[in-house]
Amino acid sequence: MKNFQYTEASQPAQAVQQIGAGRDTKFVAGGTNLVDLMKYGIEQPDTLIDISRLELAKIEKTATGIRIGALARNSDMAEHPLVTSQFPLLAEALLAGASPQLRNMATLGGNLMQRTRCNYFYDISQPCNKRQGPTAQAGCGALEGYNRIHAILGLESGDLNQSCIATNPSDMNVALAALDAVVNVSGPAGQRAIPIRDFHRLAGKKPQQDTTLAPNELITSIDLTTPQRAGKSHYLKVRDRASYAFALVSVAARLVVESGRIQDVRLALGGVAHKPWRLTSVEQQLIGKPATEASFREAARQLVAGAKGFEHNAFKIELAQSAIVRALQTVAA
Amino acid sequence: MTDNDNYMVDGAGRRWFLKQSTALAGTLLLPPLATPSSALPGTVPAASSTARPITLRVNRKTYKLTAEPRETLLDLMRNRLNLTGSKKGCDHGQCGACTVHIDGRRAYSCLTLAVMQQGRDITTIEGLGTESALHPLQAAFIEHDGFQCGFCTPGQLMAGAALLREGHTGSADEIREWMSGNICRCGAYPGIVAAIQSVKKGGTPG
Repeated sequence: MKNFQYTEASQPAQAVQQIGAGRDTKFVAGGTNLVDLMKYGIEQPDTLIDISRLELAKIEKTATGIRIGALARNSDMAEHPLVTSQFPLLAEALLAGASPQLRNMATLGGNLMQRTRCNYFYDISQPCNKRQGPTAQAGCGALEGYNRIHAILGLESGDLNQSCIATNPSDMNVALAALDAVVNVSGPAGQRAIPIRDFHRLAGKKPQQDTTLAPNELITSIDLTTPQRAGKSHYLKVRDRASYAFALVSVAARLVVESGRIQDVRLALGGVAHKPWRLTSVEQQLIGKPATEASFREAARQLVAGAKGFEHNAFKIELAQSAIVRALQTVAA
Repeated sequence: MTDNDNYMVDGAGRRWFLKQSTALAGTLLLPPLATPSSALPGTVPAASSTARPITLRVNRKTYKLTAEPRETLLDLMRNRLNLTGSKKGCDHGQCGACTVHIDGRRAYSCLTLAVMQQGRDITTIEGLGTESALHPLQAAFIEHDGFQCGFCTPGQLMAGAALLREGHTGSADEIREWMSGNICRCGAYPGIVAAIQSVKKGGTPG
């Protein structure tokens, strides 16, 4: 691992000031992703700012729902009564991710910022636009390589070799997308709130950029609004082994059914795109429809419309639709 | 050794036992009189401009040494504290062999920077039980064949001991799910699950 300077932040404002001062400076908290990337030489910061002792780990009630501090550990979130009672979908997604050890370490903010697990991003001998940035003109190793875990949706319409077909690996992010979380961040110009759908981005022509967070901004918390009618929710994760593996495809579903008709629905997909995949137009069309397999199949078809399969991942197009139907049937039962 | 042992560790990884008196512990928390680590042979990386004095508390003993921020807790414990029970399997948080407890919670020491763990209580396999007084789960691993080659065993034991405290031991399936962060290439999983179940039934989670 490359040598680096290490400094501790004692206040969020100080952390923001410190990150603005250095050239290649990064925040570290749980370290489960960043330390790993530094071992591979993918990240080579000059300075790490340890934010793990900031007072940002609270999970508390707000007027409209709950606020979770950016330093809340994944395991604390998954077990917290406010989360399990009001947002069981989030708890379920968190417990589907990683292992108990990693969940004890990884924080909310770090999970939001988690980098892709694309093998070509991780292998510094391979070309990768995401790792090498826009000026390198590196190309995408996955495009003609082993692309079983890669994206099928939200792909760049222009030259894919200048873009990226990696997926966002987080389970938590899929649940947060379905729940319309709001990410609160603090920067030199003050605070701003970013709706989750605008927080993660598609690769497009800036594949090096996973999120819309500025390099000198600090995530401080997320807000979740308690739904008026909770309905039932389920996080379905399909993967190569029963536990401790990233999703091939996952579905975060929440459904409110009355007298057999759909009153409210949320659907987000993981493992299929550069960000959690959610189409509110598809959800709108389900309102008022009967909660039947036929309705679910039609929604599934619409949700993956335009999907593109590569050499090894075309199976995801069918798998995603089956997973959507199964997740919705589970919550409709 | 008592709970109040204090050590200074030099760049070559030698431990110097200092004091056993709690009355003097306060003075020992001052920055150590460490020799500049760059002047010493051993495991401290050459470019030491970022090295700093740190204090770690492992298995209820206090260690004072100079460390690079890039040293993981696992490397530092193995190379410089002579605590080689925690194993370096994958070194990337995928196998669980390096599992330790930090403030009572299980974590991977390979993805943990040592410099970030000051002021926390770290427990390794060396602190779980002793040869004369095994942790109940250690005894159960022997009883139920919870290992073959033994390389993953320290991590399995640390994960299992934490699991017994956490709960999540209601069924074999639940145990398997909550032990999924520890891989065993020998395939001793049935024995591991049986060992955890036997300790749970015995009511001595330790």
